[in-house]
Amino acid sequence: MTISRPLLKIHNLEKRFELDRGFLETLKFKRGKLVQEKREVHAVNNISLEVAPGEALCVVGESGCGKSTVARLIAGLLTPSAGEIHYDGERIDNRSRRALMPLRKKMQMIFQNPYASLNPRMTIQQALEEPVRYHNPGLSKGEVRDKVAEVMRSVGVDPSWAGRYPHEFSGGQRQRIAIARALTVDPEFIIADEPISALDVSIQAQVLNLMLEAKDERGLTYLFITHDLSVVQHFGTKVAVLYLGSVCELSDTATLFENPKHPYTRALLSAVPQLKDDHPNHIRLRGEIPTPINLPQGCPFESRCAHANSRCQSEKPRPQLHPDGALVACHAVEEGRLDG
Amino acid sequence: MSSLNTTAEPSRWAQIWNSNIAYSFRRNPVAVVSLLVFGVITVMSFLAPLIAPFDPYDPAQMDIMNSEYPPVWVTGADPQFMLGTDDQGRDLWSTILYGTRLSLLIGICAVGLQAFLGISIGLIAGYVGGRVDSLLMRLADIQLSFSTLMVAIIFLAVTQAMFGSETFNQYAIYFLIAVIGVAEWPQYARTVRATVLAEKKKEYVDSARVLGFGPIRIMVRHILPNSLSPIFVISTVQVANAIISEASLSFLGLGMPPSQPSLGSLISSGFDYIFSGSWWITAIPGIVLVVLVLVINLLGDWLRDALNPKLYKG
Amino acid sequence: MSLLSVRDLSVKFAMRDNTVTALNQISFDLCKGERLGIVGESGAGKSITGFALMNLLSRPGYIDSGKIQFLGDDITQMPEAKMRNIRGNEMAMIFQDPMVTLNPVLTIGQQMVETLMAHRKLSKAEAEQIAIVKLREVYIPSPEERLDQYPHELSGGMRQRIIIAIALLLDPQLIIADEPTTALDVTIQADIMELLLELCESNKVGLILITHDLGVVSQMTERTLVMYAGRIIESGRTREIINDPQHPYTQGLINALPQQTKPGQRLKQIPGNMPSLTSIPKGCPFSPRCEYVQDHCLTEAPKPVQYTHVEVACHEVNRLHSDKAEEMN
Repeated sequence: MTISRPLLKIHNLEKRFELDRGFLETLKFKRGKLVQEKREVHAVNNISLEVAPGEALCVVGESGCGKSTVARLIAGLLTPSAGEIHYDGERIDNRSRRALMPLRKKMQMIFQNPYASLNPRMTIQQALEEPVRYHNPGLSKGEVRDKVAEVMRSVGVDPSWAGRYPHEFSGGQRQRIAIARALTVDPEFIIADEPISALDVSIQAQVLNLMLEAKDERGLTYLFITHDLSVVQHFGTKVAVLYLGSVCELSDTATLFENPKHPYTRALLSAVPQLKDDHPNHIRLRGEIPTPINLPQGCPFESRCAHANSRCQSEKPRPQLHPDGALVACHAVEEGRLDG
Repeated sequence: MSSLNTTAEPSRWAQIWNSNIAYSFRRNPVAVVSLLVFGVITVMSFLAPLIAPFDPYDPAQMDIMNSEYPPVWVTGADPQFMLGTDDQGRDLWSTILYGTRLSLLIGICAVGLQAFLGISIGLIAGYVGGRVDSLLMRLADIQLSFSTLMVAIIFLAVTQAMFGSETFNQYAIYFLIAVIGVAEWPQYARTVRATVLAEKKKEYVDSARVLGFGPIRIMVRHILPNSLSPIFVISTVQVANAIISEASLSFLGLGMPPSQPSLGSLISSGFDYIFSGSWWITAIPGIVLVVLVLVINLLGDWLRDALNPKLYKG
Repeated sequence: MSLLSVRDLSVKFAMRDNTVTALNQISFDLCKGERLGIVGESGAGKSITGFALMNLLSRPGYIDSGKIQFLGDDITQMPEAKMRNIRGNEMAMIFQDPMVTLNPVLTIGQQMVETLMAHRKLSKAEAEQIAIVKLREVYIPSPEERLDQYPHELSGGMRQRIIIAIALLLDPQLIIADEPTTALDVTIQADIMELLLELCESNKVGLILITHDLGVVSQMTERTLVMYAGRIIESGRTREIINDPQHPYTQGLINALPQQTKPGQRLKQIPGNMPSLTSIPKGCPFSPRCEYVQDHCLTEAPKPVQYTHVEVACHEVNRLHSDKAEEMN
């Protein structure tokens, strides 16, 4: 593989959400004294990632790990609290909406819930025409129509249904239409936030195939957010495992599934219900995910980890590069305590 | 793909007729009767110049000698005047037709103004959020803490004193529309803001933002069409309220002048004669007002049930 | 001995102008302590089956015909008072979303004690003792303190454990779990499933597990029913269905999983969508999506027949099987 410039690069990205808005909410009564205190949710902490052209980077993790926040930060729906986002060599996180307009044609997003991501009061034709017209004001009526019909055909929706409203379609068809809407502006980079988790099993396969086809035909690059590891194994070229807003492990898909290193990755892999295996042998994690309001001082996974020691409690592990290309943030892996 | 059959598209009318809302309407006799009554009242009042036997605005057609004839079913009536005459000798039937037209016109225009103000402010407050939202909503709270009638009475009394009653009477209808319209916009603004806050979280709004659309386009093309159901519901209630406000103000002598009577000023002008036995001058317009407001409210009730999917039973 | 025996159960929904059939003559049995999985996609009728078994269908749905024999009595004919006694005492249900199943304004203790005292003559102190024992059974740390907590103070996994504890309070003979872990994370899901399995085995409780996840069914249950458009299209031992499915839909469902294809390659998808209840095709409901479809599939609904180890409702199962044998050779 040739080393190419990354299409997307995020550097030390952070996002905090304020819990107490306004002055009055920050006042709290503690130990008989009135103190001012601002609580914050640390959704994303110091994440750095790179996506090369043609790659499909999967971001996995459980609910509350910040994976959707990462997607929304990159898509520009949220502004980061700190850190930088570069697209094709240009910094994009601090630009105005107008300055981002040319970028909108290159980067698009697909959402989780196909029942909510299409405007219920617009016909499919209107929903698909709108972005084409908006981004290509010079096109004639006929050209717009042709473009819409072409995109609809490419996602397997009959163009003669364009006059219908979203509620007349099933979930799988709606997700096809949502994908079509993203494709109308001919993007090169797609952020997909759990695009198939709201769909039925047989429909999941259809949509996943559609996304793979689009990848081959249009040369798309994906950032794929999911909680489903079997989808990751099938779809991703690289995987980032997120826990409590930090990256635990980042490596090639094949490497990660053959040789998972971080204790959390191992637990996650072992918890997937297997079809043919009669005897589940999953690694039990104690406790539950801590709240992202008060982050632990050391390793975020320390409270549930079977290999934690005092160093894990006090010092946050840095990502270490392994010979097989995996980046792992774990003291136990670093010290070789895990397999001993 | 089986869920969509490719039979010929039904005509637009058939689609409307078969929709859930039309079905719930057909199944609800109260709503059907209300709409019928409302329709009859509206059509007749707007056709007033054609169907009224007299023109109550034309002093030449009035004769003080005809004053206080009772309705035809009471002894001593003049068959020329079906519902009798008022104290100035105007035919009550014609006057009610013209008065209802005025009341409806003021009600609908005032609600139009309320809706325009309230929807714009509510959309901006809900979509922009933050300080703008706080500021606009506090304004609404302040506005709501005055009662509509109080604002209207002060405003109309001041304008009446400023311009003199001659000019005031000439432009009374515009003053009424303005004051009722401005006094009640927070109702709309609050409802619209609440729906916008709910709609804003949905993914189709995010999707529009990712496509690079500007805030005005998103507000008007995407969020507003999805916030219409509660707007329809409060509109019906607000029309009824505006008609009542107008009638109250006219009754207090701050609304339409006796030369151009609305339902309220008719009731008011008849009130002086109620103890001298001429009850009809007050009672008949009163009944019309009550029926009109009642059917609008009943329609509003039905609409609220029909548009609330939680109450929908298959 | 049979705990539950369902015969030709049909459930219909009264719509505006007509009725639609949500369950079409389904029959199955459950022995004491047996674990049965009901698999299907949304709209297949699996949740409705759960509600019908509890006799909890609400308007416009109703049981049109058929029998549900539970411990010898027919539930469909039972007066509501007696049914209330059976619910909770003999049968319990666990729902999908732990966030909404618990009443948010009552403490965990109040909800458990209330349930106990409604069904048994117990003092409050005795009821609390039982509640603590049950919470300990589902591995809730420091159960005494939990009794005074409100549901919102607990995490999703903890709540689902408490719901399981409440379901087990009155030592029922049958638990119906409707997608009990769909709303939970993978690591928590694995824990809850293990717990449910352990409790069912140690207390000899029958389990009906309603899910869309074939992996979960494979690990949890002994027998499986596969549902499609309100019918049972395949039933048999879970192992045999997973390893050697006979119905084209079951095969498609298993083959569509990403694990079944090499990474990066096209998945084997089933074309089309599940029909909506208002437009179930005549004949075999799967015929429009089936690659083995023949003329008689379009007109005549297949009846379940025994084929090798499983019962399959498919006209073409013989041909399908010989095709597969050829492929092997």
